[in-house]
Amino acid sequence: MKTINKFLRFLFFAVIVRVIVLIVLGLNIRHREKLPKKGPAIIVANHNSHLDTLVLMSLFPIRLLPTIQPVAAMDYFLSNPVLKWFAIKIIGILPLKRKPDHRGENILLPCYEALLNNRILIFFPEGSRGEPEKLSNFKRGLAKISEQFPDIPITPILLHGLGKSLPKGEALLVPFFCDVFVGDGIKWTGDRKSFMDQLEQRMQQLATEGQFSTWD
Amino acid sequence: MLSTNININVLWSLGGLYAILLLASLIALIIKKSHPDKDYTELIQRINSWWIIITLFSLAMVLSHTVSLFFFGLISFLALKEYLSIIPTRRADRRVLFWGYIAIPFQYYWVSLAWYGMFIIFIPVFIFLILPMRMVIIGETKNFLHAVGTLHWGLMTLVFSISHLAYLLMLPEIDGFNAGGAGLVLFLVFLTQFNDVAQYVWGKLFGKHKIVPKVSPNKTWQGFIGGVLTTCILAVLLAEFLTPLSQPMAIVAGLMISIAGFIGDVTISAVKRDLGVKDSGSLLPGHGGILDRIDSLTYTAPLFFHFIYYNYY
Repeated sequence: MKTINKFLRFLFFAVIVRVIVLIVLGLNIRHREKLPKKGPAIIVANHNSHLDTLVLMSLFPIRLLPTIQPVAAMDYFLSNPVLKWFAIKIIGILPLKRKPDHRGENILLPCYEALLNNRILIFFPEGSRGEPEKLSNFKRGLAKISEQFPDIPITPILLHGLGKSLPKGEALLVPFFCDVFVGDGIKWTGDRKSFMDQLEQRMQQLATEGQFSTWD
Repeated sequence: MLSTNININVLWSLGGLYAILLLASLIALIIKKSHPDKDYTELIQRINSWWIIITLFSLAMVLSHTVSLFFFGLISFLALKEYLSIIPTRRADRRVLFWGYIAIPFQYYWVSLAWYGMFIIFIPVFIFLILPMRMVIIGETKNFLHAVGTLHWGLMTLVFSISHLAYLLMLPEIDGFNAGGAGLVLFLVFLTQFNDVAQYVWGKLFGKHKIVPKVSPNKTWQGFIGGVLTTCILAVLLAEFLTPLSQPMAIVAGLMISIAGFIGDVTISAVKRDLGVKDSGSLLPGHGGILDRIDSLTYTAPLFFHFIYYNYY
């Protein structure tokens, strides 16, 4: 079963995801060279669509696939057995609780473990998919992780266009080119506020690099 | 696997294209060596992209008609996607845009049936009438005219116009002319693209008087006229080989392709200038997007098609 799932995961990403991402959508990537070459590493992106995860994972060579794990909300993705199988075995998410069950429980522990195993984690610190093409405030969990692993680089990526292709609540995929702007990696700054400020600033900076057509 | 009726003249011409490419690559290599201080990355990228474009194009022409139609359909799809990604669109129109994309397989299906009547009215009439209706059903009236106008302009230029290339392949054989539709497509595409290069080179060498300064400040009368003359000479030389055209007719075709090609080029330039983008995308390194490459064809393809259709059918 394990090998079958592994094979299905490989097939899914090597064929289906590549056809969707490269032909149906199409990427305009800027600064691809700034992507981390191996784990442990953290990728941070804005979140507008289910496609975000697939696009981000397709940016890496297929041989890194076993090391890439998007961090996702447990309550949503583990809500039914089929979705659970797909999320865990095929996409390979790292499920995280939104809130601790009891006082003192550290919901970030699975992330720490994954980073110790040289994984590349993908974070959407906005929490859930926000308003299409708008940056909402980043959550603080990321700061805690960076504090624990001050040497692991955090690479910000700005995605644009996927919120047009497949926004929240829509099932019909409409093709649009997707802009992917990779920023310079940042590291732990010493305190949470300045860290989060720096990260948000990087994201805003990336957003000004593009000339995005209006969508209202 | 090879299309059985592929003509030897067509194969020779494709070989000729590769010879030109090889020459271009060699020249680029020599000037890069002789001026190591200058940056020729874009030129080299441009030529490398040409290798890929011409290889895909050759395969599409040589393998079978089905492959050719898929190839041109894919070009329409990529171009329309690029266009819809750079123009302002309305959130409310997601489903309408989807219908716009769906027009592509239908249009190329009519081509594959060689159903001329449907091919020629599907987008200008049916799609033209249906898409506004679909928008009305959604009910968003703010910027309605802008939305319906931009979408239909995109479908006309990138799907309807480009599909004429595909229809050239489906035209019945003309007595005494062997190169077939593939010969016509090759003649048209080669002259259109070569005209672009020729106008650029003549403009670089002798360019002085700007021709459309507000739209495209680098284009000059000298480049334009040099391009027209070069293209007409090439049209005469190639016509005998690839088309049923007589010598005077070949000159008319050359004039048409070079002048219309220029107009198509500056029309897409005007669109990009309006939107404030330099390139329409990054699909073809050194060229920009696919719109930057097929801009001239959006004008030359339907005109050359009707020139042939009117004179021979």
